[in-house]
Amino acid sequence: MIPLSAYLIVAAILFALSLIGILLNQKNLIVILMCVELMLLAVNTNFVAFSHFLNDISGQVFVFFILAVAAAETAIGLAILILIFRNNRTIDVEELDSLKG
Amino acid sequence: MLDIQPIILSIMLFPLVAALIAGLWGKTIGRKGAHWVTCTFIGMAFLLSCYVAKLYLMDDAPVYNDNLYAWAISGNFTFNVGFLIDRLTALMFVIVTFVSFLVHIYSIGYMRGDEGYQRFFSYISLFTFAMLMLVSANNFFQLFFGWEGVGLVSYLLIGFWFKKESANFGSLKAFLVNRVGDFGFILGIAAILTYFGNVDYASVFSQAPALAQQHPAMITLICLLLFVGAMGKSAQMPLHIWLPESMEGPTPISALIHAATMVTAGVYMVARLSPLYELSVTALSVVLIIGATTALFTGILGIVQNDIKRVVAYSTLSQLGYMVAALGASAFAAGIFHLLTHAAFKALLFLSAGAVIIAMHHEQDMRKMGGLRKYLPFTYIMFLIGSLSLAAIPPFAGFYSKDAIIEAVGHSTIFGSTYAHILLLLGAFVTSVYIFRALFLTFHTKERMDEATRHHLKEADWVIWLPLLLLAIPAVFIGAFLAWPMLYDHTNSLLGNAITVAPQYDTLAPLASEYHSFFSNALHALVTAPFWLAIAGIVVAWLAWVKYPIIATSCAERFSMIYKILIAKYGFDDFNQWFFVRGTRYLANVFYKYIDMLAIDHGIVNGSGRVIIWCSKLLKRAQSGYLYHYALAMMVGLVGLLIWQMLIK
Repeated sequence: MIPLSAYLIVAAILFALSLIGILLNQKNLIVILMCVELMLLAVNTNFVAFSHFLNDISGQVFVFFILAVAAAETAIGLAILILIFRNNRTIDVEELDSLKG
Repeated sequence: MLDIQPIILSIMLFPLVAALIAGLWGKTIGRKGAHWVTCTFIGMAFLLSCYVAKLYLMDDAPVYNDNLYAWAISGNFTFNVGFLIDRLTALMFVIVTFVSFLVHIYSIGYMRGDEGYQRFFSYISLFTFAMLMLVSANNFFQLFFGWEGVGLVSYLLIGFWFKKESANFGSLKAFLVNRVGDFGFILGIAAILTYFGNVDYASVFSQAPALAQQHPAMITLICLLLFVGAMGKSAQMPLHIWLPESMEGPTPISALIHAATMVTAGVYMVARLSPLYELSVTALSVVLIIGATTALFTGILGIVQNDIKRVVAYSTLSQLGYMVAALGASAFAAGIFHLLTHAAFKALLFLSAGAVIIAMHHEQDMRKMGGLRKYLPFTYIMFLIGSLSLAAIPPFAGFYSKDAIIEAVGHSTIFGSTYAHILLLLGAFVTSVYIFRALFLTFHTKERMDEATRHHLKEADWVIWLPLLLLAIPAVFIGAFLAWPMLYDHTNSLLGNAITVAPQYDTLAPLASEYHSFFSNALHALVTAPFWLAIAGIVVAWLAWVKYPIIATSCAERFSMIYKILIAKYGFDDFNQWFFVRGTRYLANVFYKYIDMLAIDHGIVNGSGRVIIWCSKLLKRAQSGYLYHYALAMMVGLVGLLIWQMLIK
């Protein structure tokens, strides 16, 4: 029997990796989107693990919602990304600083 | 007992109603309507005042002291509108309404053809109202209301011809100098409110002796502060400078301001507050010294003036000095008595000077008059009566009051009384010099006017001469008539309990034993110094300006230094111009440069802008525009929030 903590540790590592991916990646916007997806997956892992160990199905139901929302978010994210590329001819994170004060 | 309240209210409100009608509906009722309304209402107020005076002075009616209306309640203090009617108030009512009534009638003639005819009548009625409020108040706040009321209306009236620059200047000066006095006055009221807990005369007077034992310095301070107010209103040195400027107004106003209202307010106030002043010998000394100084030194200034109205104005200053000196010597009755006789003869002098001015087509310079006796015999007699009364020649009214003042000051033993006595004696000489100089220059000597003016010289019509005649009667007789009941009759005094004199300061008592009848008193004058000094003054005036005019001019040349000082009015105006006007400008400039420009504009306004710009420059660095910076900030924030949540659990 794998203990709950193992699931949580995996999820935490996954989350931390995706966070680092967001923070350190300075080249590609797609990587950031992927990292966001990865974060959601880490959270989903937590949900499923708790659902299983607490014998409560609602956690797994919630995962479906998150997957649906993540799909939608990715779709919008990619659309925005394409627009950014059309306008700027680049998706380099370093160059996207038009919000600079 | 008849209910007196409606009568009092009518006396108060008639002038106010008249002022409102003439002021607000002046165009509708027209010029005739304006003078009919105001004269009728003031006339009715005068008749009612006479009735009140009869009740109080003859039938000995009980003192009326009642609050009618709580005007404001603030914390523990209630400010009431209430009236105190006693013998003093009743007497003042008659003086004020009598002179005011005659001035109203006189103005019909004097102001004829003036653009602001209705406005003028509205103002003088309002003036009367304010003065009546002042003398009938039963608490300090209402006194202050009347006080400010006369101040305001005097400003309006002195600046009546507002198209004339000097009139604006004069009215502003009167207003500002009065503000200085009022500042002291309001501080005095504040001190009274602090120490006595309320501002009603009755309760203040009843608590005053206790306070005088506890804090004698406090009573002195209160008295001196209030006296600063009186110095402003009653034009005592060094706050006298506004009074000559008030000559810029029309002549009837000068008569009203100088004789019955406004300047007498200070004298009345000190007499009314006699229970307070009697408790502070220091305050009495100050009052005495300032009064005597004013009496002599402003009188001397009258000698060098060439404007007939200004001579009379300086004589008002001098006579006010006498009144104030009387108050300082605790001869309050003598001060009020002189106020009364002065009201009569000074109004007479002013109105006859006004008659001369009309006849001369608004020429006021005595150097362009002379020999008018032939053309204006009636005015001449009136002016002569006023002058004799002013110079205190027995048996004219001025003699009884002024002689009593000089004698009373002579009997006074407080600090400064000897000085004051000498000054007042010299003042008697100076008084007759300046007023007879004016009389001689105007009515005697050779004619110096141009041909056109001489051609048109004629006596004015009845609205001018009737008031003169009515004023001449009291100017001659009232002194002899009232001297005994007013000054010396201790068992049945005319002023009764309205004034309080401490036994140790009662300077009129020694005089009472010498007084047998008005006739013997007049005869007795022949062996006293003031009388001969006055006669000497007349002789000197005659010698110097009629017989040998060379004396006057050569004196002016020989003593050119003194002459210059007198022409410069002792330099009070120059000093004020230099110290207050230029000083204020300099100070304002300093404030403008350093406070306004530097501290406020540069420091606070622009400074706060600069600080914000600096802060935003600093904060701008945080806004890099890079997505991952924002994400990091979000994460740090989130983690911080979580830690904080865990910690407070």
